[in-house]
Amino acid sequence: MAQEAVSGTTTRPKIWADSVYKSYMVDGKREQVLDGVELTVNTGELVSIIGPSGCGKSTLLNIIAGLDRPDAGTVELDGDRDGDRLGKVGYMQQKDLLLPWRTVLDNATLGLELQGVPRSQARSRALELTTLFGLKGFEYQYPFALSGGMRQRAAFLRTMLLDQDVVLLDEPFGALDALTRVQMQEWLMELWNALKKTIILITHDVEEAILLSDRIYVLSVRPAGVTMVMEVDLPRPRNSKDVTDSDFIQLKSRLLALLHTEI
Amino acid sequence: MRKSSTEIEQESHVTKNSGSSGVSTGATDSTVALTADQWPEVIRGSRLESAFQRVRSLSLPIAILAALVAAWEIWVQVGDVPKWQLPAPSAVAVELAESRALLWDHTLVTLKEVALGFLAALAAGVILAALITYSRIMESSIYPIVIASQTVPVIAIAPLLLIWVGYGIEPKIIIVALISFYPIAVNTVDGMKSADPDMVSMMRTLGASRWQIFSKLQVPSSLPFMFSGIKIGISVSVIAAVIGEWVGASAGLGYLITYSQPLFLTARVFAAIVLLSVMGISLFALASLLERIMLPWYHTEKKSKLLERR
Repeated sequence: MAQEAVSGTTTRPKIWADSVYKSYMVDGKREQVLDGVELTVNTGELVSIIGPSGCGKSTLLNIIAGLDRPDAGTVELDGDRDGDRLGKVGYMQQKDLLLPWRTVLDNATLGLELQGVPRSQARSRALELTTLFGLKGFEYQYPFALSGGMRQRAAFLRTMLLDQDVVLLDEPFGALDALTRVQMQEWLMELWNALKKTIILITHDVEEAILLSDRIYVLSVRPAGVTMVMEVDLPRPRNSKDVTDSDFIQLKSRLLALLHTEI
Repeated sequence: MRKSSTEIEQESHVTKNSGSSGVSTGATDSTVALTADQWPEVIRGSRLESAFQRVRSLSLPIAILAALVAAWEIWVQVGDVPKWQLPAPSAVAVELAESRALLWDHTLVTLKEVALGFLAALAAGVILAALITYSRIMESSIYPIVIASQTVPVIAIAPLLLIWVGYGIEPKIIIVALISFYPIAVNTVDGMKSADPDMVSMMRTLGASRWQIFSKLQVPSSLPFMFSGIKIGISVSVIAAVIGEWVGASAGLGYLITYSQPLFLTARVFAAIVLLSVMGISLFALASLLERIMLPWYHTEKKSKLLERR
């Protein structure tokens, strides 16, 4: 870690996916899902992946998280391409996946518990963050008593508590209503600012991608490759009102035009 | 019947919901959840309501049963049916009261056989289910044998047990265990396998080991299923104990029936049947109560899902 701080951090990307190929057998036929995807994410960046539904975005995240192996190509985390990434990369899937028999607090501390952190220590760490995650007063509730937005934030807290440098978010706000989604996007920007994470975000939402990201990767239809990489150089801090700025609208129309030809 | 049809309806709702939205975050997606003092109110209200519903749903079967008993009483009284052939319900009640000491002694014997046999079945069923879920080799080698074992008629091997382990309590315990372990094992295996594969992935990204996924995800997921198996198992174990006593015994309600029947003590036979039935119902109720105490999240979750739908 110390060595990393002295040398290499500026040149070496945090995550580097190099021509990743993946296919699956579907009904006896081999279906190519990822077709040489390239992706670079530097330390502290928030990068979005956008593309048509079913193009293989989640497959890519599964591979980066270490849940799945590519057929060809490599993924490097901190320059390490052979190591097991399971447990080293935070991954929040579309569903909140809270365990119904655990309270919010016990769901949040699950990761620490699995790593063998003593219960009281894990709990006090989680309790420090409940305010930031908007869960204060709900620590001892079961998931069924919470709204969709709160459940999602509880899943966020579980992911963030392990304090992994890289966090993958697969359409984290996809299931939320429009108003809640805007609140959650602003909250995520604050969180990202406060916790200094490297984030890869999958989204369907063009505005969400522009609002949150440093860079947007546009994937093609299956078999997916990277069609375009768009730098978002809008000044930070941003907020949801920025979507009416002319620069924002310009980026949005460019992105929409491109997606339109893709789909 | 009524309960099971609402459960099916509930399940079809759930699949419909997840089909349309693709996620199971529940119906209300606002950041404002029910506040801490609000939701128990809702649940408390529903508890009262469900108590009413339970009384109402029980009142009809009780009325039918009462009508049948009354018809039986009248049939015997009016038709002057001899007591040794068919005793009136009132005669059975008299027998229950008069022979209570004798009946109680035999009830305790049967209850002991049921309890020991069932506990053995519970231990064996859960351990087998864990082994079958945890190890592929165990699944492919032992699971088929477990399933095939149910095709062997236990009543046919019961006499053999007498030859092997004698006429004491042991063969009865073995018969109870043989019959009731199956629903427990099969349901628990299904429950352990019911764990959401996405949750397994989630645990893996948190760095969980195979054992941690088993103990912290698959075991808790299996508990509602395991209790279904327990409720079936406890009901059949009373029948199993009677079978065991019929084959050869010197005590127990099943023995009392086989002993009283040739002597035409028909009222006593009926009294024993009533007690066996009460024992089965009580044990089932006890299992349901334990389930509610041990899985509070399961029942409240089910209830809150029903409430959301209204």
